[in-house]
Amino acid sequence: MASRRPSDPASLQPVDLADTTSEFDSPNAPRKNRLDAPIRGPKLGPLEFLRWVWRVLTSMRTAIILLVLVAFASIPGSLVPQRSSDPNGVIVFRDANPELFTFYESIQLFDTFTSVWFSAIYLLLFISLIGCIVPRTLYHWRILRAEPADEPASWVRLPYRRTEPAVGGTVAALDRAESVLKNAHYRVVRNDNSIRAEFGYLRETGNLVFHVALVGILATLAVTGGYGWSGQRIIIEGQTFTNQLASYDSFHPGSWFAEQQLEPYGVTLESFTPEYTKDAVKNVWMPIDFTASVSVTEGNETRGAVLKVNEPLVAGSSQMYLLGNGFAPVITVRDPEGTVVFDQPVAFLSQDSNLTSVGVIKIPDGLSEQLGLQGFFYPSAVDLESGALSSNNPEPTNPTVTFNIYTGDLGLDSGVTANVFQLPIESLTQIAGRHTGTDVVLTPGDSFDLPGGLGSIEFTSIRRFIGVEIRHDPTQVGVAVSTFFIVAGLLASLGTRRRRVWVRVRGSARNREIEWGGMSRGDDPRLDVALNRLVDKTRQTLTDKVAGE
Amino acid sequence: MTNSLESISLIATYSAMAVYTLAFILFTVDLAGRAATDGQSPPTRWLRSAMAVLVLGFVIHFGADVTRAISAHRVPWANMYEFGLTATLVLVGVFLGINIWRDVRFVGAFVSGFAILALGIVTVNFYVAVSPLPPALQNYWLVIHVCVAVLGTGFFATGAALSASQLLQQSREEGKLHTRSWRFLSAFPSSETLEALAYRILVIGFVFWTFTVIAGAIWAERAWGRYWGWDTKEVWSFIIWTLFAGYIHARATRGWRGRPAAILSLVGFGAVLFNYGIVNIFFKGLHAYSGL
Repeated sequence: MASRRPSDPASLQPVDLADTTSEFDSPNAPRKNRLDAPIRGPKLGPLEFLRWVWRVLTSMRTAIILLVLVAFASIPGSLVPQRSSDPNGVIVFRDANPELFTFYESIQLFDTFTSVWFSAIYLLLFISLIGCIVPRTLYHWRILRAEPADEPASWVRLPYRRTEPAVGGTVAALDRAESVLKNAHYRVVRNDNSIRAEFGYLRETGNLVFHVALVGILATLAVTGGYGWSGQRIIIEGQTFTNQLASYDSFHPGSWFAEQQLEPYGVTLESFTPEYTKDAVKNVWMPIDFTASVSVTEGNETRGAVLKVNEPLVAGSSQMYLLGNGFAPVITVRDPEGTVVFDQPVAFLSQDSNLTSVGVIKIPDGLSEQLGLQGFFYPSAVDLESGALSSNNPEPTNPTVTFNIYTGDLGLDSGVTANVFQLPIESLTQIAGRHTGTDVVLTPGDSFDLPGGLGSIEFTSIRRFIGVEIRHDPTQVGVAVSTFFIVAGLLASLGTRRRRVWVRVRGSARNREIEWGGMSRGDDPRLDVALNRLVDKTRQTLTDKVAGE
Repeated sequence: MTNSLESISLIATYSAMAVYTLAFILFTVDLAGRAATDGQSPPTRWLRSAMAVLVLGFVIHFGADVTRAISAHRVPWANMYEFGLTATLVLVGVFLGINIWRDVRFVGAFVSGFAILALGIVTVNFYVAVSPLPPALQNYWLVIHVCVAVLGTGFFATGAALSASQLLQQSREEGKLHTRSWRFLSAFPSSETLEALAYRILVIGFVFWTFTVIAGAIWAERAWGRYWGWDTKEVWSFIIWTLFAGYIHARATRGWRGRPAAILSLVGFGAVLFNYGIVNIFFKGLHAYSGL
């Protein structure tokens, strides 16, 4: 062993580490009241004040309080809709409670986990953590290279003591004890008339690894988080998504995102096949499988692939996740001469489990007036008693589209970004549809002549679409590695007992005895059992040996 | 066939509740008998019968769980009812298992009482018929993630029972609970012993909970495209993890051992119950699989 034990571990440990533990670390240290100093306020100059702040910050008590504070500070994140996980909920909240919204917004309740107050708590927690583990690591490093501790000044306080007759002489007994301890993976130092041994360094090593790995997660998020990005896109059967900024319906770049990070690849949705089953008890249709067949083009290669829930598609360094699906009726609009001015599938967003869906079509050009269509799609339309339509099956057994049709200024020329799923109906004139006396109800192949000789609308066919999220998350590797060490450290730390054993020769010259003493760091209900086993093993082999001779 | 197994499972659940009730009564009779003699009296003969009845209840409960699994053709923890059914089974199993290692029969009344309450609430309020799994749940991570969550919950519940008895016992040791009705505490070990026991069980619960969060994160990455997104359920899992981390620290901190640590443990278990009973039903989020 390279060195002796460090003499003053006290300054390298949290000030309020439990007595049993600090006594273990410095068994012969004077029992002065180390905690008293930080609990009384500082009386001296700025340097002492800073030292006092630091000791309070890195104490265990502060760590506990900060942990509980982090827990309580997280609660609003589950009570109030969060921009990160539920942006729509935030908008709904704003519309419902405009005044409360302003107040919540001012204290960042909609961004709890990136708010100033939440960040302050967890940063303090991590500073406290680092302030605690750095000196502890230094201390443990020295302990790891040091010899087992000297025997205590007084054996009276040791929780484990046992005396054995020195069968076969003291040297043989100590030899045997030494080899039993070594077999039990103790670190052993043998002197002429005594042995000191120590075991379970892995407990503190694991503890430190666990805490360093926690810092590792935070560091990974801080360093690599900014390079991540994610975006959403609706892809209709037959359409190809090409991975460039303009292709996304919405895009969320990290703070250091650069456009050239998007690798040029294309994904074409060949077909989407859902499977449903009827729940006999609740009498509702439930999805049991969603399968999207796609072809992926990367470079000059095109391959077929399948995208499912729980089975993301890997393309380039990003992953594509299947998050939604629905129907996209193909709508054709013609002017009075029969010239096609609009002919494409339009994604309708589903509203219920039978995929009743709503969608909007805007036709600013090609007709004599701007035309806005508010559409409702029913995969399996049935008449309700009220006269309205409803869908009773998510599969298209009787696909039907109804429209409310408007003319007027669609507001697309004003330069303000318009929501593609909303029509400014307040400023438009309804010319057909509900409450106009002219219902527009179409099944595939049907067409409707617009009032006033404006043209015609045809429901040509239906296709399906999928909603996907494409994401590049560079934090995954670092977080995964850190998590591995969190688990390894936790298991190693909790599964190991730190113990010390001393063996010495006692008694008169005529009646030599071997005395065993032991202690543990912290609680150790199995100390007696474990050390008795070692002692018994030593005696067993000694007796065998003596009997054999 | 499936339907009949499903109803057998339900009948077995009710039978288990009845048998647990009997066990609870016997555990209580034992405690009352020991309180009457006052002091560190040995267990009465009622305790042995209580344990035997509890084991019988456990076997019936296990049957209820297995028949439910067979009728559903999958693991019996895919909605709130099944989670409650299995978690209660694990709780009783953990209690019986610990008794092999160490005699903790004195909390039998707590454990059987909690099992009756939990099973009753779950069966009356959360019962749903067997139904097929939505695509997001059709994954082996359902088996892993929820299995460790169930185990963690079982250990947390047992630990909470011990922490609660520790608090009562400590008050009694301080001479605060001296009326006759608290005499049953004389059948319990010292508060220090209770604390040490609670700690060891809660630490196991903490390890399982750590695995729950990690397995959940891996699954979330596959299903939703991100490993952590502060979904309401993720928030509460994080809160639970942090509170028990605080508890473990408290045990190693001067001035925090004893009562403060036990209170932290109970607050942590309160968060576990809240996460299961309240968040699932009243909070909006991605974990909307209660089946209700």
